[in-house]
Amino acid sequence: MSIEKQTIENLATLARLAVDDERVEEISQRLGSVLELVDQLQAADTSGLSGLDHPLNETQRLREDKINKPNMREAFQAIAPDTEDDLYLVPKVID
Amino acid sequence: MHNFTITELIDGLKKRVFSSEEITQHFLARIKNLDSEFNSVITLTEDQALESAKLADQLLAEGSASELCGVPVLHKDIFCTQGVRTSCGSKMLDNFVPPYDATVIENFRNNGAVMLGKTNMDEFAMGSSNETSFYGPVKNPWSTDSVPGGSSGGSAAAIAARLAPGATATDTGGSIRQPAALCGITGLKPTYGRVSRWGMIAFASSLDQGGPMARTAEDCALLLNCMASYDDKDSTCIDRPVPNYSVNLGDSLKGLRIGIPKEYFSEGLNAGTEQAVRDSLAEYEKLGAELVDISLPNTGLSVPAYYVIAPAEASANLSRFDGVRYGHRCEDPKDLEDLYRRTRAEGFGDEVQRRILIGTYCLSAGYYDAYYGKAQQVRQLIRQDFTQAFEKVDLIMGPTCPSPAFKFGAKGNDPVAMYLEDIYTISTNLAGLPGMSLPCGMVDNKPVGLQIIGNYFDEARMLNAAHQFQQVTDWHQLAPAGIES
Repeated sequence: MSIEKQTIENLATLARLAVDDERVEEISQRLGSVLELVDQLQAADTSGLSGLDHPLNETQRLREDKINKPNMREAFQAIAPDTEDDLYLVPKVID
Repeated sequence: MHNFTITELIDGLKKRVFSSEEITQHFLARIKNLDSEFNSVITLTEDQALESAKLADQLLAEGSASELCGVPVLHKDIFCTQGVRTSCGSKMLDNFVPPYDATVIENFRNNGAVMLGKTNMDEFAMGSSNETSFYGPVKNPWSTDSVPGGSSGGSAAAIAARLAPGATATDTGGSIRQPAALCGITGLKPTYGRVSRWGMIAFASSLDQGGPMARTAEDCALLLNCMASYDDKDSTCIDRPVPNYSVNLGDSLKGLRIGIPKEYFSEGLNAGTEQAVRDSLAEYEKLGAELVDISLPNTGLSVPAYYVIAPAEASANLSRFDGVRYGHRCEDPKDLEDLYRRTRAEGFGDEVQRRILIGTYCLSAGYYDAYYGKAQQVRQLIRQDFTQAFEKVDLIMGPTCPSPAFKFGAKGNDPVAMYLEDIYTISTNLAGLPGMSLPCGMVDNKPVGLQIIGNYFDEARMLNAAHQFQQVTDWHQLAPAGIES
């Protein structure tokens, strides 16, 4: 099973990955063999079963809505590629 | 000195036979002198280690030391360490110095343990051979042309080479148990939710679990005593008291019912591995345990289910690496889209990109129910298999992996062959159950691992069973050639 070039390009866009043309063939084959493997799932009879979201069926715990962590903005921004006036800088988005 | 177990080191420290500074110096020197051959350590934290060792010696002298005070350990480079580069084996995080500690790291610090450094691993824990690390592959100390297993291959190899007496590791589909088996050491993946995931870089959040590696079960119990804790900061962590895992190690195994799943002894299992595992099971019978044939009929579905769920969750988790807030950023992006796409293409290795693309496919519109939804249902089937088995038995045992360590490149071109390496370990992650591996034999001068799977939160019983086995066998005491002295 191999996957069409168009599909790989679409996935790469969704995943925000740059994929060079020369890699498409190899990726297509490898993804194809993995998808063949996972297609074995379709034969399983899972009628009436709910999905297992937490192995112990725990529900998401909620906490009180109050500040409980110190403000570490300076520490976090110190390791950022580019910041200015407490903001993270990215290339211009709006002209 | 490096042949001492953690238990023996603690005894020596308490009796002042040696100081923490002495043993820390000793292990640091071993890493510096020997690790060029194995590549198991990415970052050595020499200054910090010596500083903590001196502090530990003061506490030991005052008599106010905690259980692991002064004991040197290595941490897998997936756990955030304040002020120390945490790469996760990736170029993406090659320059990442976390401003905080993971809860597991904090627990070790509070316990007085000494961090020697950070261990090599498959990139973002995606791999079973340690060949996907940005820092190069780790070599198996038993046979340097073979893989150490993965993803916690650095931790496992370092312990096997006696570069540290214990280490932390993580397990998403077998990443503690498989390298432990291939390197001839003992490792335990606890019940999902037993050890905090806070500050542990996420791969597949519903499967990831941190756990200890050491040479013996007794040492793993000591490390788990420190690692396991309830943590408010991890909303999937279970609020349940942590028992002392060391107290029941000496219990008799008389009457223990051990389930032997027939699916774990079928096609694909190496004959020598099977023999070693069967011999070990006979040893358990001598110890008074009863062997019970059981079936886990949905085992075959575990690998396909895993290769939907793990990549799907990974593709979501790894979307945070975008070149904006930390980590790698490409040069001169022409716009925001270019920044994201080139940063990620440059920062992630091939296997990580492949898994992101598979995950994206499985989660994309029109495919979600057929893949992720279906795989989550199959997880219920797999859990039901175990629930039914544990009505009849106390523990389940079998091989940890199908064969001993394979050579570098042997499975490089076939991702599916690599994925099948985890056939016996993946189902416990899908069910959230605890599993461990301990050395149980040798094939072609390479170690074989026996896997023990327990019921939820039954780590103490597993450690007891492993410890009793290690009282009557010496597989865990073997060292790779050239490492003994």
